[in-house]
Amino acid sequence: MSTTMRDALGMKLAALGRERKDLVVLDADVSSSTKSSYFAAEFPERFFNVGVAEANMVDIAGGLATCGYRPVVNAFAIFLALKATDQVRNVLCYNRLPVVLAGSYAGLSDSFDGASHHAITDVAIMRSLPNMTVIVPADAAEAEAALEAALAVDGPVYLRINRNVTPDLAPAAEPFEVGRIRRLRKGADLTIAACGLCVAMALEAAAELERAGIEAEVLNVATIKPLDVETLARSVGRTGRLLVAEEHTVVGGLASACAEALAPRMHFLMDTVGLRDTFTESGPYDRILDKYGISAAEMVRRSTALATPGAASAL
Amino acid sequence: MNVTAGAILSEPDRNRKTAMTRLLARQIRVEMLDILHQKGTGHWGGAASACELVTALYFLRMNIDPARPHWEDRDRFVLSKGHASLLLYEVLAHRGFFDPALAGTFRDIDSTLQGHPCMRKTPGVDMSTGALGHGLSVGLGMALAARLSGKQYWTYVMVGEGCLDEGQSWEAIMAAAKFRPERFVLFVDNNGVQLDGPSAEIMPLGSINAKLEAFGWNVAPGSHDGHDLDAILNTYEWLDGPGAWPRAVVYTTVKGKGVSFMEGLSKWHGSPVDDGSWNSARPELLAALAEAEASL
Repeated sequence: MSTTMRDALGMKLAALGRERKDLVVLDADVSSSTKSSYFAAEFPERFFNVGVAEANMVDIAGGLATCGYRPVVNAFAIFLALKATDQVRNVLCYNRLPVVLAGSYAGLSDSFDGASHHAITDVAIMRSLPNMTVIVPADAAEAEAALEAALAVDGPVYLRINRNVTPDLAPAAEPFEVGRIRRLRKGADLTIAACGLCVAMALEAAAELERAGIEAEVLNVATIKPLDVETLARSVGRTGRLLVAEEHTVVGGLASACAEALAPRMHFLMDTVGLRDTFTESGPYDRILDKYGISAAEMVRRSTALATPGAASAL
Repeated sequence: MNVTAGAILSEPDRNRKTAMTRLLARQIRVEMLDILHQKGTGHWGGAASACELVTALYFLRMNIDPARPHWEDRDRFVLSKGHASLLLYEVLAHRGFFDPALAGTFRDIDSTLQGHPCMRKTPGVDMSTGALGHGLSVGLGMALAARLSGKQYWTYVMVGEGCLDEGQSWEAIMAAAKFRPERFVLFVDNNGVQLDGPSAEIMPLGSINAKLEAFGWNVAPGSHDGHDLDAILNTYEWLDGPGAWPRAVVYTTVKGKGVSFMEGLSKWHGSPVDDGSWNSARPELLAALAEAEASL
């Protein structure tokens, strides 16, 4: 039975708390939502609920980190990325302090709460900051592995966490590693690079494309930064075509990261699936995703166009 | 005469030790003016207002070891008003964290002494600052770490009253009153003037003491002259006495202290010290230095 990423993360935090005395957890009055409440119940002396004050929370974590603790900060992704940007930049990143920022309810996953709660720029913001590592797990298991790996990084890490039940991917052949792309499917006609929920959609799209005679290679790009440029370049070098899919604006996120990395190295065709520089609205998660063009069907449509001879002029 | 850290630290007589620290603070004021003039960049007003406060803290109060700037049990100091960076560098250099000659590289390219304090570049700097409003939050994290680890170190945060304009400062003030960490201290360098003008005009704070008390802090009663070493020592006695945590001391200070025509003027928050001003200011600072020396 699939679980939510946030539930998996919360349980993992509590489990790690039993092993690591240096683990401290902070939340900004949303612990019952982010599920840092599991850790809070077990380790009240190492849990700090700072109220609705994300900026203060991030800097307190920074202070704790200078004294040898490993803080994990929990809040809604949109507020962590926007209300605490100065603190993330000037205290965590500038000083390369090992703090994990768990941005929950990310993307459009807090769907009914509407545009005010949809994190559509968090990856772009976090990725632009020097010394920051950015990880977008694709399912609950990857979120757990990413948390453990993030706690071993010598610097700040942003973990993007989905609110809802998301499909579990088949166990990967290789273990999760920060900064490493995992290839989930081989294909010669085009590369689909995806992160988060879009990885499951990409696999679904690839299966449908196969029926149409198009072989899509699917890459799970869980680490947006540092980007595994070598693996990406090897794949796109063979296929010559790249579709990037993310639950985020196409401005500044994974698509931008891929374009920045590949453009100096090779000629290739590229298209994107993601929010097209627009705000969103309330509604059921799947319907909102679909309405704003984040779906397997949209990936099939754009992949087909990309893989068609003469695609350059068609795009 | 130059007073050395070794002489101050080893001086057994309390009155003489205090007088030597006063002399050092005035010596640092001269050195700061010279460097700011030479560099044509940096902040005089808020460095001069906190000069006695930071000098006294590092020479008469803090438990630190310049040979081990990352010593886990050391007291922490966060200069939230990071624009007073030159003052912090001068005090750290005199205290032995690095060669005082380095102060002459302040704000130079490739220097370890950045425009605003950087903990990754300068030994003895416990937290990088510059953007206002961060200090109290970061300091609270350090104080909570002391509680978790059972360590006895103190955490001191210095803000200017302008720093209290930032909403984050009050988030941290609320949170500190909730968690109540011991040995967590806020020093307010209340010089009453911010970059654009008098604080009473730019953003009136009213009674800082009353505000902090209303937020649940234990505030040193009365007023405290932040340029008077004896008054500063009295506040340290209060800090060592019984009472609730966290604690705050609001010091009354003068922006640009020591140069008559710079005192209390927002212009000298960050204006470069030009030749004419330097020529006129220096004799005033030297006279104050000589006075402190004579009283030794």
